[in-house]
Amino acid sequence: MNNLFVFCEIEDGQVADVSLELLTKGRSLATQLGCKLEAIAIGYKLNDIAQQIIPYGVDVLHIADDKRLVHYLTLPYAAIVNDLFAKEKPQIALMGATSVGRDLGPRVSSALKSGLTADCTSLMIGNHEDKKANKVYENLLYQIRPAFGGNIIATIINPDCRPQMATVREGVMKKEVFNVAYKGEIKNIDVKPILTDADFVVSIIERHIEKRKINIQGSPIVVAGGYGVGSKENFKLLYELADVLGGEVGASRAAVDEGYADHERQIGQTGITVRPKLYIACGISGQIQHRAGMDESAMIISINTDPHAPINAIADYAITGSVSEIIPKMIKAYKKNSK
Amino acid sequence: MSGLKIVVLAKQVPDTRNVGKDAMKADGTVNRAVLEAIFNPEDLNALEQALELKDRVPGTTVTVLTMGPGRAAEIIREGLYRGADNGFLLTDRAFAGSDTLATSYAISKAIEKIGAFDVIIAGRQAIDGDTAQVGPQVAEKLNLPQVTYAEEILNVKGNEITIKRRLERGIEIVKAKMPLVITVTSSAPDCRPRNAKHTMKFKHAKTVSEMQDATEDYLQLYNSRPYLQIPELSVIDVQADLVQLGLTGSPTKVKNIENVVLQAKESMTIGNNDQEIEAMMVELIKNHTIG
Repeated sequence: MNNLFVFCEIEDGQVADVSLELLTKGRSLATQLGCKLEAIAIGYKLNDIAQQIIPYGVDVLHIADDKRLVHYLTLPYAAIVNDLFAKEKPQIALMGATSVGRDLGPRVSSALKSGLTADCTSLMIGNHEDKKANKVYENLLYQIRPAFGGNIIATIINPDCRPQMATVREGVMKKEVFNVAYKGEIKNIDVKPILTDADFVVSIIERHIEKRKINIQGSPIVVAGGYGVGSKENFKLLYELADVLGGEVGASRAAVDEGYADHERQIGQTGITVRPKLYIACGISGQIQHRAGMDESAMIISINTDPHAPINAIADYAITGSVSEIIPKMIKAYKKNSK
Repeated sequence: MSGLKIVVLAKQVPDTRNVGKDAMKADGTVNRAVLEAIFNPEDLNALEQALELKDRVPGTTVTVLTMGPGRAAEIIREGLYRGADNGFLLTDRAFAGSDTLATSYAISKAIEKIGAFDVIIAGRQAIDGDTAQVGPQVAEKLNLPQVTYAEEILNVKGNEITIKRRLERGIEIVKAKMPLVITVTSSAPDCRPRNAKHTMKFKHAKTVSEMQDATEDYLQLYNSRPYLQIPELSVIDVQADLVQLGLTGSPTKVKNIENVVLQAKESMTIGNNDQEIEAMMVELIKNHTIG
């Protein structure tokens, strides 16, 4: 009882990346709390969904499989989640900050009179001392998010109400399989007694959803490579770093021209413009045409063998050295220090 | 078909889109005084959808409901200038410190008080919090269906309404029955500007509190033109339970606030060795640049 729950979003039989990222975070928080990680999957024809979800370290997977649930609908999905949460009384419930999670989350929180924090960028476990009431709350979920147009970072807690609910955007947390052979229990939810006709008062009459494409512009972290990366082989290191940090890979025109990366990843005047929280320029000299596509990044790290590369003038951190040396060090340092 | 009764939920917000250097005080708190108070942008998109329905369905009335301090009456006036029929200011000290759940409770009580309606339209989210929670939370409290991320109301027929939703990677067209709650995204059409006739008509619209400072002549004006009175609703008026309002009614608490220091750009040279690279990564984790 009082476990940590993750709501899994499913599109075309595939669990969304944001849900897998939350399972990864959920696994580590559950371990820290000494509770189980449970997941909820709602949809239709979910026969192989467990294979996608359990390896993330899920102890219990609740599945609601019904033809009427093939696409997300507020009322039936909320009814199932409310019913499950009323029975299981989770201490924490996490959802993606997507059009689904941001539709479902507040509905559930309002029904359960529980607190919900939107768009968290970090989740941690910690204590809280209420000095007025002379009371110490142990192992609360710290829900950390930017507020006020990103000018402040607030830590939000829900001392008294359960579940403590939070949504997180895609790409903010890393995604990592916990154990491919993990053993989890599957519990099928009987939706018949839960759903009523009134839950289907809103119906979808048309739907046009594009297949997932790379989304460099929406990524908070961009690892971009230039001519100086040297080879397509070396570019793999950039993908590795982007994967670890939860970012996307971009490239300069010179790198695209050399065939190191696809054209759709080109950043700059003739490519796309990005404004990420962190831009890591690897082997990019920083010609004006490239800078035009990234100079509004909140923070820039430059990795270059030339200490006088023009990009260093706009970088917050400049590291002199080769990509093949520096990136493994960054990955190692991140893995050692991230929670 | 007889007209629809529409309630538009609108919020007055500090303009966080153009935050200058003086927006934060030295102690790390927000200096609200220097931030302009504006009509929340997506609530204007919502107002436009309501006014379009009014154009399409004769006899429709549009009511603007806002919750906030006395100065939020400005939002009601702005709504009236653009074509709304009337408005209510939900205002009480007891609302101070409300999170989204307590806010949605207060708003749902006010809507119950205002009376019968067919459609409640709100912006998807407000720019001071970006939570997108109040719309769905109000819908749940009123036990109504919701359609979020609405971009366009395609059709209204009888009690059926067809709505186009704009999602991350595409669109969805849904059919729903009224009454319901709709939240509108910024990709919906912009709100029409002020209408000269309405602006003249409602120029002197004021709340009771604002009227108390008015001169004799105005009082006469308000008596002869009751539509110039913007009703104020208090906790008692909407029969709300105090325990569910303000800080006590808010399950979420702010534990800590950190000011994001906007430093002048200065390049820092990092040596090509494990220690310095690790120190940089730790710094980036600490200031939430990487998770």
